[in-house]
Amino acid sequence: MSAAMDTESTYSGYSHYSGHSKKAHRQGRDRHKSPRSKDGSRSEKSVTIQTPPAEPLLGNDASRVEEGQDDNWGETTTAITGTSEHSISQEDIARISKDLEDSVGLDCKRYLGLTVAAVLGLLVFLTPIAFILLPQILWRDDLEPCGTVCEGLFISVAFKLIILLIGTWALFFRQPKADIPRVFVFRALLLVLIFLFVFSYWLFYGVRILDSKDTNYQGIVQYAVSLVDALLFIHYLAIVLLELRQLQPMFTVKVVRSTDGESRYYSLGHLSIQRAALVVLENYYRDFTVYNPALLTASKSRAAKHMAGLKVYNVDGPGNNASGQSRAMIAAAARRRDSSHNELYYEEADHERRVKKRRARLVVAVEEAFTHIKRLQAEEQQKAPGEMMDPREAAQAIFPSMARALQKYLRTTRQQQYHSMESILQHLSFCITNNMTPKAFLERYLNPGPTLQYDRDRWFSKQWTLVSEEAVTSGLQDGVVFVLKCLDFSLVVNVKKIPFIKLSEEFIDPKSHKFVLRLQSETSV
Amino acid sequence: RLLPVVTTPSCLLFSFQQRIEIHKLRQGDNLILGFSIGGGIDQDPTQNPFSEDKTDKGIYVTRVTEGGPAEVAGLQIGDKIMQVNGWDMTMVTHDQARKRLTKRNEEVVRLLVTRQSLQKAVQQSMMS
Repeated sequence: MSAAMDTESTYSGYSHYSGHSKKAHRQGRDRHKSPRSKDGSRSEKSVTIQTPPAEPLLGNDASRVEEGQDDNWGETTTAITGTSEHSISQEDIARISKDLEDSVGLDCKRYLGLTVAAVLGLLVFLTPIAFILLPQILWRDDLEPCGTVCEGLFISVAFKLIILLIGTWALFFRQPKADIPRVFVFRALLLVLIFLFVFSYWLFYGVRILDSKDTNYQGIVQYAVSLVDALLFIHYLAIVLLELRQLQPMFTVKVVRSTDGESRYYSLGHLSIQRAALVVLENYYRDFTVYNPALLTASKSRAAKHMAGLKVYNVDGPGNNASGQSRAMIAAAARRRDSSHNELYYEEADHERRVKKRRARLVVAVEEAFTHIKRLQAEEQQKAPGEMMDPREAAQAIFPSMARALQKYLRTTRQQQYHSMESILQHLSFCITNNMTPKAFLERYLNPGPTLQYDRDRWFSKQWTLVSEEAVTSGLQDGVVFVLKCLDFSLVVNVKKIPFIKLSEEFIDPKSHKFVLRLQSETSV
Repeated sequence: RLLPVVTTPSCLLFSFQQRIEIHKLRQGDNLILGFSIGGGIDQDPTQNPFSEDKTDKGIYVTRVTEGGPAEVAGLQIGDKIMQVNGWDMTMVTHDQARKRLTKRNEEVVRLLVTRQSLQKAVQQSMMS
């Protein structure tokens, strides 16, 4: 597709001016774009480095080591690197090879944590079995015969262990979806609890049973059963602390994007600041429209023009009074009767008109293009009249008739770098396959969608830093503000408590609904 | 009869009232006064076009027939009737008001009315 600038009939004198500024914007954008990635073609990629800089690794080493022994090894903690652990596609291989030397330290720690936690989990799981088996192995002949009671206890131990295994698998064995800066307080707490608990059981066992070679086997088995019961209760505690407690909404969180003011509200329960940040980021990718730097240049140029053209001359003598100069400039700029609001109004009205016109052309072109295609039913496929095409070929056949209109529309709304020709063709064949109408095909292009809809290269937001005045492991409170920064923009998060609601009841007897007519009689006397 | 009477109760409130004496006219078997009333404590005060305060449930004159005894006596449309022959009319139902005005054995009714324009006229004369 050509990169030539489009010409358009001018409606007012201002459109010439705005066309002028658009050219300047586009040049600026192109210059700005090249270090990031190329427009459209997927054959060659320049890399957006995901180097985790040293600063955002906000965790300290001690906490990392302790965290390595986490029973919940699925979610260990280091620094934030955004959504990272998903499937690797072909295009990412190049990027990964460059990242590997940078992030080797991180992955090592993560896998170390995973293995240590797995080992500890296995140990804890095998402890009851060891308690039961060790007397049999070591002093079998001295043991009292146990009979049915013991067998019943064996069965209960077995099933409780199975239940514990299934519960642990369901709760903790999950793909890590994020790295967070500091240790997860509740997980550390649980870990410490489990460790102390099992340690004290082993201590007691070693001293009282192994050393003295206790012969009461039933007592030993019951001891093992009590351990398994206590493990199940700790598992219950883990569910309550890690999963259930934050379900009830206690806070309303307002998230504002710093560049264009787009804002959303979310409801959260009792979470630490870092977990709340995770929730906000997960929702960001779904709810916020994609960050488009091309849309921001207009306001910057306006602001620049406002102060331009004013120069300060120091008449009274030497001496560089900087603050006085800037104040004088601000005052002069405020007093100057400028008509930039006029420009803004006409520019916006003009832009809207242009967008609507191009949109109308686009819709008509796409509708017309879709009429050229007809789906062949199964019976008709045998007696093929012309050549049969699969969806991809059909898409390629009708694409040229709508390509120009679509390209013009994307340029006007400044979305052209988000959609390459290949992606448009893919989407078109997808829509044709699924019997979508032209309007359904266009839904993706008419309005900017959430970030997840677009190619990862265009996200501008993969590495996040949590900036907070409070400790990130402290819980949410009313009035807490923290910022999630990425390279180009930041999300400012403001926490408000849901107010305490006083709800009282009022009983209305169904028979109490009575009415009178409004009287206004007039009597002559 | 046309002179306004300024009554000053103990709390120094000025209320501008007028006494009007109407002689009933005999028409066949009935004695008529020649005006219509609206209002009353059982009526809806917000529909009263003549009252200043829309919660006022008093009795108001809504129509005065031309040439009737009321017009001759000086009753005007929009007057609020405060008393009829000494009976209070500010807290009565519509029907009670009608009955007090149409007693068969009375030929003359003496009304105590108040009127907004009257208030303004006296205020102007006091200021000048």
